[in-house]
Amino acid sequence: MNNTLTRKNSKLRRSLINWKSLPWNDKVFLSIVYAVIALITLAVIYPVYWTIIASFSDPYDVAAGEVSLLPSGFTMEAYELIFENKNIWRAYGNTILYTVAGTLWNLFLTLPLAYAWSRKRFFGRSILATFFIITMYFSGGMIPQFILMRNLGLINTRAVLIIGGGLSIHNTVLVRTYFEHNIPESLFDSARIDGASEFRVFTSIVLPLSTSIIATVTLYYAVGHWSDWYGAMIYTSDTAIQPLQLVLRGVLLKNEEIVGDAAGVMVDAARKAALATTMKFGVVFVSCLPMLVAYPFVQKHFVTGRMSGSVKG
Amino acid sequence: MKDKSGSIATRLEPRRSKSARLRKRLVESWPWYLMALIPIIYTIIFDYASMYGIVMAFQDYKASKGFFGSKFVAFKHFTRFFKFPGFEKMMVNTLRISLLSLSTFPCSIIFALFLDEIMQKKFKKTAQMITYMPHFMSEVIVCALVVMLLDTGIGPLAKIIEFFTGQKYDTMADPDAFPWVYVLSGLWKNLGWGSILYLSGLASVSSEEIEAARIDGASRFQTMWHIKLPAIVPSIAISLIMRFGNLFNVGFQKILLLQNDLTKDVSQVLGTYIYEIGLRGGQYSYAAAIGLVNNVMNLVIILIANRICKKLTSVGLV
Repeated sequence: MNNTLTRKNSKLRRSLINWKSLPWNDKVFLSIVYAVIALITLAVIYPVYWTIIASFSDPYDVAAGEVSLLPSGFTMEAYELIFENKNIWRAYGNTILYTVAGTLWNLFLTLPLAYAWSRKRFFGRSILATFFIITMYFSGGMIPQFILMRNLGLINTRAVLIIGGGLSIHNTVLVRTYFEHNIPESLFDSARIDGASEFRVFTSIVLPLSTSIIATVTLYYAVGHWSDWYGAMIYTSDTAIQPLQLVLRGVLLKNEEIVGDAAGVMVDAARKAALATTMKFGVVFVSCLPMLVAYPFVQKHFVTGRMSGSVKG
Repeated sequence: MKDKSGSIATRLEPRRSKSARLRKRLVESWPWYLMALIPIIYTIIFDYASMYGIVMAFQDYKASKGFFGSKFVAFKHFTRFFKFPGFEKMMVNTLRISLLSLSTFPCSIIFALFLDEIMQKKFKKTAQMITYMPHFMSEVIVCALVVMLLDTGIGPLAKIIEFFTGQKYDTMADPDAFPWVYVLSGLWKNLGWGSILYLSGLASVSSEEIEAARIDGASRFQTMWHIKLPAIVPSIAISLIMRFGNLFNVGFQKILLLQNDLTKDVSQVLGTYIYEIGLRGGQYSYAAAIGLVNNVMNLVIILIANRICKKLTSVGLV
């Protein structure tokens, strides 16, 4: 309903505009509006554009600061070196593992809990709500958390990066609210008359009807795992299990060596230094690639979550 | 399997004794308990157990002795921290960053209002898609981009600064610039995303009202100011209160990424300090005490913000 209203609105609004017939003050105002939006959009896209062109440009030109608006020359050298860099690929593999396994674990905790939480006849529902909401506002803090993980023997394991931070109450509330508002109560009654158990109702009625919100929280969780560097920094020191973001932090922000000697590529020192710069651009691009590729297709789910998050309660 | 027709049966049956009804509801609820069981256990282990770990803030915690064997020292760590001269400085740093980022609060609102004026659908959609994107880039990448853009050797931003001031300027090494770098990169990341909330509010403004105003001779700016803006005032109020609720809650993880020895003086906040002396320095109890101070401070101000928010929404702001 809201949707059709919006559509009708925008149609009406479009019919209102006819540039030539606009008074001068509207023309000025609209020019400012268009200019501001265009400038902001360019400012947001520019660093991404710059990263891409610099990663393909001639390393010497990039290092000399001559690549700002247009690429200069074309070479895949930086990417060849990145492909040969085992540390980066191992970290990439780790990140994929943590993202996939971690997100599955998140959903395994979130979806059933959200369903139970959404049932009005659930005895003790408000106690349950309080129990979980407390954790949104208060936590032990960094140090007790660290000691806990150490006592559980999870330091320096892959497990801590998969199951740690397993339950986001914010996401759970998002799903719960969706279940409450979007699944008609009559469906539950008829399913029960047909003799379906609660678990069957959950798996064969509720989940299939909630694919959009499930997609949304899946994306939120996945982005969280993909971007995590902090948890990995605190809980792991073994480079073999560290995820991409932590390795990137070393390379990009702590200026750790990136051009490996074992690469089998003989390069002189000056070229090596120049290549190190273009490789930085290359790894930024490579690490963002999955997001950049998937983003246009999944962005509507992100936005859905943001909008429905605003009506929770 | 007994609860098959639970809810309907309870509704149809005549009133029964309290205990019988309670039993009925418990039987009906057991599948839901089962579904919530693993999340509950998980939360007890990973959240509540670490809350219990706060006792270490009142002890001289030794790993070999554990929570139960370590010596109880009451408020020793707290008094030490409140006497520590760095405490005040960290609070000032936190507030400086926090208030500066609060000053960028209207940006998303203006952006949403302007986007709503755009008639070309394609242009609007493209602008939205591009400006939402950075929200999903990792903080490491965003900080790396900032550092590269400001690099005096290769960075276009550094070149622009050099063009206007006539000299090379290493922004990342200047303590005065640090809060700006932090806040403006945050604005870059979240400007578009922050506007979604307002855009959804603007979509429900009735176009008849706008048309009527136009016919009466209102300019586009006037309809924006007098009709559209008031329509999103409730969302603005709520987001603003929530922002105040996070006044002491600065993104210390991002600060860890951006800070260096030259800017530490202005970038040190409670979170980064806890990391430094606790995890790197091994003073667990002292760091846990500071963490508790930090948490309680955040909790109090968030609860106040929530209270205000609830008052306003029930009084009729929404």
